[in-house]
Amino acid sequence: MQDQPVVSQPAPSLQHRLAGRSLRSALLSGVAWVCALIASVPLLSVLYMLIMRGGSRLSWEVLSELPPAGFEMGGGFGNALVGTFVMVGIAALIAIPVGILAAIFLSELGPSSKLANIARFAAKTLTGLPSILAGVFAYAMVVLTTGSYSAPAGGLALAVLMVPIVVLTAEEALKMVPKAMKDAAYGMGCTRTQVIWKIVLPTGMPAILTGVMLAVARAAGETAPLLFTALFSNYWLYQDGSFEVMGPTASLAVLIYNFSGMPFDNQIELAWAASLVLVLIVLVINIVSRIIGRPRF
Amino acid sequence: MNANTQLAAVATTTAAVMDCKLDKIFYGNFMAVRDSHVPIEKNRITGFIGPSGCGKSTVLRSLNRMNDLVDGFRFEGHVHFLGQDVYGKGVDPVVVRRYIGMVFQQPNPFSMSIFENVAFGLRLNRYKGDIGDRVKAALEGAALWDEVKDKLKVSGLALSGGQQQRLCIARAIATEPEVLLMDEPCSALDPIATRRVEELMVELKKKYTIALVTHNMQQATRVADTTAFFSVDISAGTRTGYLVELGPTEQIFGSPREKLTRDYISGQFS
Repeated sequence: MQDQPVVSQPAPSLQHRLAGRSLRSALLSGVAWVCALIASVPLLSVLYMLIMRGGSRLSWEVLSELPPAGFEMGGGFGNALVGTFVMVGIAALIAIPVGILAAIFLSELGPSSKLANIARFAAKTLTGLPSILAGVFAYAMVVLTTGSYSAPAGGLALAVLMVPIVVLTAEEALKMVPKAMKDAAYGMGCTRTQVIWKIVLPTGMPAILTGVMLAVARAAGETAPLLFTALFSNYWLYQDGSFEVMGPTASLAVLIYNFSGMPFDNQIELAWAASLVLVLIVLVINIVSRIIGRPRF
Repeated sequence: MNANTQLAAVATTTAAVMDCKLDKIFYGNFMAVRDSHVPIEKNRITGFIGPSGCGKSTVLRSLNRMNDLVDGFRFEGHVHFLGQDVYGKGVDPVVVRRYIGMVFQQPNPFSMSIFENVAFGLRLNRYKGDIGDRVKAALEGAALWDEVKDKLKVSGLALSGGQQQRLCIARAIATEPEVLLMDEPCSALDPIATRRVEELMVELKKKYTIALVTHNMQQATRVADTTAFFSVDISAGTRTGYLVELGPTEQIFGSPREKLTRDYISGQFS
């Protein structure tokens, strides 16, 4: 090998040879840039509209008073704000434990069992479920059996939408926990239960919480599942010294739906303000999820 | 081949903490290891060397029943430890692992603070004394205390690779196990970190008994008192590991009895 000259042919040129290649590259970059811009147009324009048309009406009065009737002036959507929080809370109470425990089964206990495959398929299908069908389900389960529209019915409908999101993101989060870390825990003399509770769950928790928050944000903005489960109400959930939990319940999303179609300027303004509040709630949830989703260690 | 196992048994001079008679180890239908009898002597380092796929890690992970986590694992033979068979009836693998600590190939600290990493085993065993004292002692024992004493609340994952591995050693010795199993503990470390862990192993054997798997023959000569050489038998059409020769490290590397050993340590096959 050493007898041969090291350089037997002229060194290759490293200059640009293909002008076409750099042109194509520039073109593709340009297209990608424009597409990114187009993708952000809806969000930015919606935000702009909401702030312009809803921002002026935003006040404590709007957040704390009951919706106005017909030609009434003033009023607000305090009951809808409370109703949204209550129903999303009910949904979270159902969906978070169910979703996380299901994810533990899918990732740790029986990842390749028949039940896991069915559950995973069901969860993936459910994420694409038209949300109105979640309402149909809750209508049949709660409204028909209890005989009235109610906050728990709305909460159940929202939970049906949240569970698959929580299950799938939590499963991914738990699967991200390195096997080496689990081996270390087994090596220390942990039982499988201890490995899950002491190592797998805490390690995956930030990522799980991100998924939970996204699910909560999605549920907060849903209208269709509430239309015939919680319906709407012009009154407080708590009134005359008793909770009217089993009666029709107001929510921001349904209020926007109802008021935006009314022929009264006052109601339409309130719909805009409610939209802004709803978007702000979703925004805050997303920011909070980013903060708690940051790994601590 | 049968002569080898007999020769192997002769080497025992001091009390064996673990008497490991591994007749057959299966993963499903695949026989991974056969006919290997390895005594692990107290306060000594027993090194397991051999080519890739010779089952030395399988042997090590059988000693504290870590292989029970693998589907299809089956064991024939016995592992006597503290007068009991680790594979005996009614023995709980979880309890076994609390007495036989393990250090892995990849440093694998938990995503917790340095302190909590070391305290993990103590909390697991509901240690009643002062956890802080034991954590300090374990970190000192792992030659890591001076480097981390001011940042015990920092994540264990923020340390360098060598420090992480010493943290894992500290975590393993915090509960003062009888035996430490080390599965190629230096293979992911740079030479300087490797040297520190090797020095640490020699220090640790005063108090603990160590079984060390290594693919680095120099490492075996540097730290192991006894060396077990494993090889692969491909005669039956599969790859089954077995113990070829076991003896004091100087003898294995100086005057091996078996031709296979001689070929391996002189680098004629891998």
